Amino acid sequence: MKTNKVLNEMRLTLLSVSENESFARLAVSGFTAQLNPAIDELSDIKTAVSEAVTNAIVHAYRDTIGKIEIYVKLLENSTVYIRIKDSGCGIEDIKKAMEPLYTTAPEEERAGLGFAVMESFMDTIDVKSKVGKGTTVTLTKKIHPKTYFSKSRTSNSNEKIV
Amino acid sequence: MGVELIKDDDKQILTAFIFGEIDHHTASSIRTEIDMRIEKEKPKELELDFAKVSFMDSSGIGLVMGRYKLMSEKGGVVRVLNPPPPIKRVMTIAGLNRLVKITEKANRNPENSDPKGMTENENKQST
Repeated sequence: MKTNKVLNEMRLTLLSVSENESFARLAVSGFTAQLNPAIDELSDIKTAVSEAVTNAIVHAYRDTIGKIEIYVKLLENSTVYIRIKDSGCGIEDIKKAMEPLYTTAPEEERAGLGFAVMESFMDTIDVKSKVGKGTTVTLTKKIHPKTYFSKSRTSNSNEKIV
Repeated sequence: MGVELIKDDDKQILTAFIFGEIDHHTASSIRTEIDMRIEKEKPKELELDFAKVSFMDSSGIGLVMGRYKLMSEKGGVVRVLNPPPPIKRVMTIAGLNRLVKITEKANRNPENSDPKGMTENENKQST
């Protein structure tokens, strides 16, 4: 494996208000665009970031407003590393929280699929949490730089224009 | 971002054309608008058209599951129409296809019923 030299990095601190869900995923995907990802890869990253940030807003800071810290680094081996950290209530049982369809907010129509989506759309996910201290979700994804002849790219670019 | 609702009185079908991005922030107003119309029109079938949805996370799954529950309680059905590939991926991960029918069909929205819209749909089917 090549060295994981950091090509670029950024930090973003946001308040846990739902208006920031869209800003957070756009900021991360805009930054990751420097790795020249395919459209479907960017779409995966947007979805995963949206899930993690929404978790912080809905669960970590339920009924309160706190800070969400996002750190992104782009590595030389075309990997994006995303860390989303909150200082909210923390997760008591991470394993249970990551079970598909498990949710503690059914009244808000949360499907309980946030972690399942992050797991399927990213290459790796790591969740660290301490009750009363907060949760840190780390996601990584290897980017396969697009070429003009990439199949997945042509089929996807048609769809995204809509 | 939002939803446009059209009722077909003959067939008792209410169609919700959702457009823009569906996340936790936008889902609640979309949900409220659809539910208000369901209460008013009492349709036998609710169609959720995703053709114009540009982004969706698992909040969209919650939105479909919630409407499925509501319609089921009233003895009605829910169908999901025209999800673009990235949105269909989220639905597949969630196993939504086991709960509701997901289909491609010609758009009945007057705005989109031009020949161009038709080709778009054909393209989608071939991918």
